[in-house]
Amino acid sequence: MKHLLSTRDLDRATAVGILDVAEDMADVATREVKKLPTLRGKTVINLFFEDSTRTRTSFELAAKRLSADLITFSAKGSSVSKGESLKDTAQTLAAMGADAVVIRHSASGAAQTLADSGWIDAAVLNAGDGTHEHPTQALLDAFTMRRRLHGAASRGKDLDGLRVTIVGDVLHSRVARSNVWLLNTLGATVRLVAPATLLPANTSGWPVTIGFDLDEAINDDPDVVMMLRIQAERMHAAFFPNAREYSRQWGLDGERLERLRPDTMVMHPGPMNRGLEISASAADSSRSTVLEQVANGVSIRMAVLYLLLSGDREATA
Amino acid sequence: MTNDSNSMLITGATLPDGTVTDLIVAGGVIAEIGRGLSSADATVIDADGLTALPGLVDLHTHLREPGFEQSETVLTGSRAAAIGGFTAVFAMANTSPVSDTAGVVEQVASLGARHGYVTVRPIGAVTVGLAGEKLSEIGAMAQSRANVGVFSDDGHCVSDALLMRRALEYVKTFDGVIAQHAQEPRLTEGAQMNEGALSGELGLAGWPAVAEESIIARDVLLAQHVGARLHICHVSTAGSVDVIRWAKARGITVTAEVTPHHLLLSEDLIRSYDTRYKVNPPLRRNEDVLALREGLADGTIDIVATDHAPHPLEAKECAWAEAANGMVGLESALSVVHAAVVESGQLDWNDVARVLSSKPAEIGRLAGYSTPFAVGNIANFTLYNAAASRTFGTEHLHGKGVNSPYLATTLPGQVIATIHDGYATVLDGVLVDAAEVASKARAYRG
Repeated sequence: MKHLLSTRDLDRATAVGILDVAEDMADVATREVKKLPTLRGKTVINLFFEDSTRTRTSFELAAKRLSADLITFSAKGSSVSKGESLKDTAQTLAAMGADAVVIRHSASGAAQTLADSGWIDAAVLNAGDGTHEHPTQALLDAFTMRRRLHGAASRGKDLDGLRVTIVGDVLHSRVARSNVWLLNTLGATVRLVAPATLLPANTSGWPVTIGFDLDEAINDDPDVVMMLRIQAERMHAAFFPNAREYSRQWGLDGERLERLRPDTMVMHPGPMNRGLEISASAADSSRSTVLEQVANGVSIRMAVLYLLLSGDREATA
Repeated sequence: MTNDSNSMLITGATLPDGTVTDLIVAGGVIAEIGRGLSSADATVIDADGLTALPGLVDLHTHLREPGFEQSETVLTGSRAAAIGGFTAVFAMANTSPVSDTAGVVEQVASLGARHGYVTVRPIGAVTVGLAGEKLSEIGAMAQSRANVGVFSDDGHCVSDALLMRRALEYVKTFDGVIAQHAQEPRLTEGAQMNEGALSGELGLAGWPAVAEESIIARDVLLAQHVGARLHICHVSTAGSVDVIRWAKARGITVTAEVTPHHLLLSEDLIRSYDTRYKVNPPLRRNEDVLALREGLADGTIDIVATDHAPHPLEAKECAWAEAANGMVGLESALSVVHAAVVESGQLDWNDVARVLSSKPAEIGRLAGYSTPFAVGNIANFTLYNAAASRTFGTEHLHGKGVNSPYLATTLPGQVIATIHDGYATVLDGVLVDAAEVASKARAYRG
C-alpha cells in the first residue's frame, strides 16, 4: 500500500490484512507499556483542514504508540486558515521531511489530489474528504463487527453473510460511502435506510438495497444497525421538516431498540445526537458498540500507519 | 512578408463543398476564385491538401480584460483565437468592471481592433453588474461604437422570470438577442459536477440536468410569449436538446450552442478529481454527449461555441471544490469538433462552416459571413490540415491559460493559416508577430 485514499479500491485480501494487523495492534493496548518502537524516526503529519477532535486524537495516539514523530497542523490558527493553498501546505510538509500525511479536508477528493499531485512524496492517508470517503472509519467499523462476531478467533475472517443496515444521512456521509464499499468487499450485505432527500440521487452503482422505512428494516432482523449523525445544518435546508419528525421516522428509539435481537450491534461513528438519530437507551445499551469503535479506531490507525510506513512501499492498488 | 501589397495567392485549397480552387486575396477582399490563378507580386500560400473554411466565429469567449488580466487579455485571447482558425469572437461580459455600460464595451472592442488578430465583438451584460436585479443600459451598448447585439449574464442565470421576460422584450427594440446561461440557481447551490451515479459515489454535490432543462423550458415559452429571440448558451444535456427540438418545432425563435468539450468529454473523467475537468455546466453522461452530437447534426443545436475560459494555474492547483470552473477552448475547438462529429460522419465540412462560422455570425448579427468564398467578400478564412494528427500540448496553447482538458491527448487536424480582413494572422501554423498584425489591422481600417 502506498496510500490509503478510499475503501473502494481495497481488495478483500488487503482489507482482511489490515484488520489482522489491527488485531496485533489491539494487543499492544492491553499491555502495561502501550508502545511499540516500530515507527521510530518516521515523521507523521496530521493535516486537519477541518475540525475533528476525535479522528485527530485517534491518529495522534496511533502514531505515538508506534513511536513516530508527530506534528499536527490544524486549520485554526495556522497558515491554512490564512488562505494558504493545499499545494503550499503540502510542499511545506514535504520540505520538513514528512513520511506520512494524514489529511482531513472539507473537499471531496482532496486526499487523492494530494496523492496524485507530485507536490509531496509522502504516504497519504485519507482521514475524511468532504462527503466522499473516510476509509479508517469503515475499517474500524468492520473490525468492531468482526470482533463482536468472532472474538479472539477473528484473524483471517471476513464478514461473510453479515446483514448491515445503515440509517440516516447517506447523502452527506463519507462514513456511509466507505462502509458500503468495504462491507461489500468483505461479504456483508448492506441496506440503506433514509428519507429520499438524504439518499444520493442515483445509487444504481452501489452494491446495496435501499429503503425508506426503518421499521421494515428492523423487522427484517439485521445483524448490525449503524446510525449516522444528522448535521444541524441539514435541518435548515429542507431535507426533512424538523428534528421531531426525523426522530420519529428514522431515529433508533427505545421501542425500536427492543425489537432488535439481543446480539444485534448498534453502531454510531460519533459524535452522537442523543435524542435525535439515537436515543440514550440505544446508545448506552449492551448492543451499542460506540466505545469499542473508539478504542478500535486507534488499533486500525496504528495498523494503517504501520503498513504504509514500514518496509517497502509498493505502488498503490 | 515579402511585399507591401498584402495580396496573397492561395493555391489548391479545398473549399468546404469539396471543390479545389485557387484564391487571390487583395485589398482585404477575396479578389478572384478559380483554377490556375496567378498574381505576380502576391505572397503564395500552398494550400494543396488543406481545407479552406470560412473564418471561424466564436459566440462565447471569455477574454477576461478588463479586470482579470492575469487570466487573459484581449491580445492573448485574440492570439489563441487566431491559431484556432477564428477571425471573430464575441467577448463575454463578466469582466471587471462588468461589460454593462457603453464605456466598457467600447474599450473591449477598440482593444480588439487595435491588436487585429480577430474581430472582437463585446457581449453586453443583461443586468447591472450581472447581479440579476435590474436591466443594464442595453440601448446605450447597442448604439455604442461597439454595436452590441448579444446580451448575456453568462456565468449567472437570469433566473428571475419577470426580469427575463423584460430583457427579451427590451432587446427586440434593438434586434438583439439574450444569450441565457441556463442554470436554476437554487437547484445548483454548491454544485460540483453532474448529478448522477458518479456524483453520489465521489461525494461531489450534484448539478442536476433539470436545473438546465427547466430554465430552457421556461425561457422558450417566454420567448414565444413575447416574440423575442433567445439563444441558449452551452447546452449540456439530452433533455435540453429535447426541449429545444420541441420549441423549434413550435416555431419559437430559439437558437442554441454546444461547446466542443461537451461534444467530446464525459463525466467519467472526473473520477480522477483532476480539476482541468471542472467546468460549468459540468461534463455530463455519455448519453448526453451522444444526444448533443445528434442535436448538432440535425440542426436542433445551431452552433458550436467554445466557452473559452482561461484561469491562472493557482485557480486549478487545489482541491476540486476549491477549483475554478472552466477550460480553455479556442486553440483546440476545430480539432475537437473534427474528432467528435466529423470523424463520426455526422458533420461534413460544409456543416462545420455553418456551425462554427455563418450561423454564429448570423445570431450575433456580424456582417460578412453569410456567403463565404465569394468574390468581393472580406477575406476571413482559415486553412486547415485535416489529415494532421498531433499530441496536444501546452506548446499549442497561445493564450495565458493552460487549463486545457486535452493536454497529452491526440487530436486530429491543425490550422495552418488564418486570414483576417485580408491579412494573415497565422502562417505555416505559426502566429504572425503581434506588431505586424497590428500594423496590418491599422492599414485595413485606413
